[in-house]
Amino acid sequence: MTKVKMTVNGKAVTREVSGETLLSEFLREDLRLTGTHIGCDTSQCGACVVHIDGKAVKSCTTLAAATDGAEVTTIEGLANGDLHPMQAAFKEHHGLQCGFCTPGMIMSGVDMVNRYKAEGREVTAEAVRHELEGNICRCTGYHNIVKAVQDAATKM
Amino acid sequence: MANGATGIGARVKRKEDKRFITGKGKYTDDVRMENQAYAAFVRSPHAHANVKSIDKSAALAMEGVVDVLDGHQLTGDGIGNIICGWAVASKDGSPMNMGAWSALATQKVRYVGDAVAVVIADTQALARIAAEAVEVEYEELPAVVKADKALTKSAPEIHDNAPGNLIYNWEIGDAAKADAGLAAAKHITEMEITNNRVSPNPMEPRSAVATYDEAEEHYTLYTTSQNPHVARLVLSAFYNVAPEHKLRVIAPDVGGGFGAKIYIYPEEITCLWASMKTNRSVKWTSDRSEAFITDAHGRDHISTAKMGFDENGKITGFKVDTIANLGAYMSLFSSSVPTYLYATLLSGQYDIQNLHANVRAVYTNTVPVDAYRGAGRPEACYLIERMMETAAREMGMKPAELRARNFVREFPHETPVIMTYDSGDFDANLAQAEEAADVAGFPARQAEAAKRGKLRGLGYSCYIEACGIAPSAAVGGLGAGVGLWESAEVRVNPVGTIEILTGSHSHGQGHETTFAQIVAERFDLPLDNVAIVHGDTDKVQFGMGTYGSRSGAVGMSAIVKAMDKVEAKVRKIAAHQLEASEDDIVIEGGEVKVAGTDKALGWHEIGLAAYTAHNLPPEMEPGLKESAFYDPSNFTFPAGCYICEVEVDPDTGTTEVVQFTASDDFGTIINPMIVEGQVHGGLAQGIGQAMMEQVIYDDDGQLITGSYMDYTMPRAADLPFYSVHHASTVCPGNPLGMKGCGEAGAIGSPPAVINAITDAIGNNNLSMPATPQNVWNALQAVTASQAAE
Repeated sequence: MTKVKMTVNGKAVTREVSGETLLSEFLREDLRLTGTHIGCDTSQCGACVVHIDGKAVKSCTTLAAATDGAEVTTIEGLANGDLHPMQAAFKEHHGLQCGFCTPGMIMSGVDMVNRYKAEGREVTAEAVRHELEGNICRCTGYHNIVKAVQDAATKM
Repeated sequence: MANGATGIGARVKRKEDKRFITGKGKYTDDVRMENQAYAAFVRSPHAHANVKSIDKSAALAMEGVVDVLDGHQLTGDGIGNIICGWAVASKDGSPMNMGAWSALATQKVRYVGDAVAVVIADTQALARIAAEAVEVEYEELPAVVKADKALTKSAPEIHDNAPGNLIYNWEIGDAAKADAGLAAAKHITEMEITNNRVSPNPMEPRSAVATYDEAEEHYTLYTTSQNPHVARLVLSAFYNVAPEHKLRVIAPDVGGGFGAKIYIYPEEITCLWASMKTNRSVKWTSDRSEAFITDAHGRDHISTAKMGFDENGKITGFKVDTIANLGAYMSLFSSSVPTYLYATLLSGQYDIQNLHANVRAVYTNTVPVDAYRGAGRPEACYLIERMMETAAREMGMKPAELRARNFVREFPHETPVIMTYDSGDFDANLAQAEEAADVAGFPARQAEAAKRGKLRGLGYSCYIEACGIAPSAAVGGLGAGVGLWESAEVRVNPVGTIEILTGSHSHGQGHETTFAQIVAERFDLPLDNVAIVHGDTDKVQFGMGTYGSRSGAVGMSAIVKAMDKVEAKVRKIAAHQLEASEDDIVIEGGEVKVAGTDKALGWHEIGLAAYTAHNLPPEMEPGLKESAFYDPSNFTFPAGCYICEVEVDPDTGTTEVVQFTASDDFGTIINPMIVEGQVHGGLAQGIGQAMMEQVIYDDDGQLITGSYMDYTMPRAADLPFYSVHHASTVCPGNPLGMKGCGEAGAIGSPPAVINAITDAIGNNNLSMPATPQNVWNALQAVTASQAAE
């Protein structure tokens, strides 16, 4: 067992974890933050995406012990009070149906828009589709997800 | 009583979204019970083998392992075999050959993934490690994975009671008439058509949490189900897990279904039984690899078809011979998919007088095959629409023109394959799609693409499908083991707010919004005053669940029927209190008024009056709560026209869908935003099947496409924006005039895609999925044949 200290959604967290504990498992089982989902076992689907120090990371392929000292944000901690513009845009554009892939989509979308804004790049539909390569949705056909991310980009 | 902002036809944003976008959805794997243990299944690595022995000792010796249970214990406790709930007889009258399927195999395993034992342990990780330590001795047997090969003499027999692996040999229509029609034809188009095997892949893997309460002898099951009441019924009546009043099934938020979550699988049965055996809550959550080898697959048909035409392009006869792969066991509704959900739609949008279809369903050593989004109708649509497009090309006609010459234009229209189409305007859908797709401008776009070295093609699909399978007596006559009605309860609370309890189940369809819309419209109330309750057998009286695009046409109709009763009572109470005639009562703006007067009661005052019961009409029961069961009089028939435009790179075979246009007739639309979303998702699955998705087994029955590294799920960059339109006719069969929209996209799109690609490459001989390799090979065949000429 290893002692890990990290900040999760703004709160300091200290826990003992075994070396093989995945961050996704740590968030879901130890912290009971069940908004982070597990949709595959090969790091393809992206339902588990969280932010580690502001960057989108698949928590299913990150060891909890490796995030010692990091600042982790999950879907539950994305907004300060009201909805984050990305969350609001997903609702506004009907960018979700069953909701299972949605937390990962939103976390990936936020990271993408932050990067593009920092680099002064335009958030085109083509760019969104390319950037969502690591997030699979089976319900929406992506049409409204792409629109939601583009719209959120104008509001972030 | 129009309620423009939130009523029927309004693009209302979803009420359920907030919990999903903030990570507060509650899915089955999010449930954690006290004293919870975890299940891991010991699964066969062989496609076909005798089970010689199971040695549990090493696993049982591990600290933290609660128990290791096998099939002998399961059957010894009286747990029944898994059944197929739709009896389809062969054409000679003999019943279908249903092989025994135990939740845990005892003598023989029949596909890779077939479970033989389960480990219950304190943690999930430990359960999985211990499952590896269970030693099963197998005697391997030869396996067969392809449906046509399973019918050959040399194929191994999978079930003792299914000689030659044949489940049934079924037919519909009139063979003699179809033959005569073909004999009289001026032109015959003949094709071999494969409908590729796919995996449904809802993003939430299946999961179950079972809890046995020893004191009450009561079970609670949280499960990823599209139909919790059906699950309870089957678990109780057929699998003998517990009587219905001792079993509560809860399907909380469910992360997509697409058919795969209709069925009651071995894992749910085993978890329930194991919770009793171990006196622990037992949780099992599938990982994706396990989903690929346990979730029912879809499609997998091999067909040959002949369609004859007269000199005017009118269809003179149509004959189809299909072999359907049902996998190693008959899943819950598997028998109905290639028969009553497939061959009954083979008349398409066309007036075909002479039609015959023969279907042989067979066992193979593969995962069971059952309904997947569309279930039978996509297979029918793909067959007819590829035939029509190919026939038009062979006869030198425009594909749209050939279709239009054969359209059904008078309703009701009885087909030779037992369907009665009730409504539709196929010309309107075709015209709308052609205009939206700018078909007139296609030659210019094609020429422009050619300059860039790309082959541009255009393909049509004019689909019709059948939703809301019904009426119950009719489907019972066809062999269904259940009725296909729906139930609803409308509870008006004393403060006037309303709860709708529905037997439909939402797993992405947005029922919490659309169902509330029809109530808000009917009683002219704010949408927020209406709540939808679903997915819990302890709360909702009964329900048949959500599949087959039935929640609108059947589920909402039940709500309407219950609302009729509520409204009648409201009128009586208001008429009594306001001293007016019931006929003069209007419900409007949150009030119940007497027309033409200033006499009115607030809606909430009616609610309160019903529950205080201080001043009700004589003999009236207190309360304001009504329930209804609605059994439709017919199927509904959504239809439409899809047009796909592609560009193929001839150097690589890579194909891009550059434009996809849909014109659908769904009847009345409650919320266009949600309906468009359903079409988008259906199109994505259909395009996925057409271009990317394929379950592949090797000859020994090992699944090659067992993860997202191998099975190609469509990603955002693989798909276009869709151009979605509606040209609707009202369905005469239900009170709201709805037809259903959940599956159309997946049904109509595959032939449009393949017709577009075959148009681009000039070769009609192309099978799904149209991967770059398959397209490139088809292109080389064209080049080779041109070189030979």
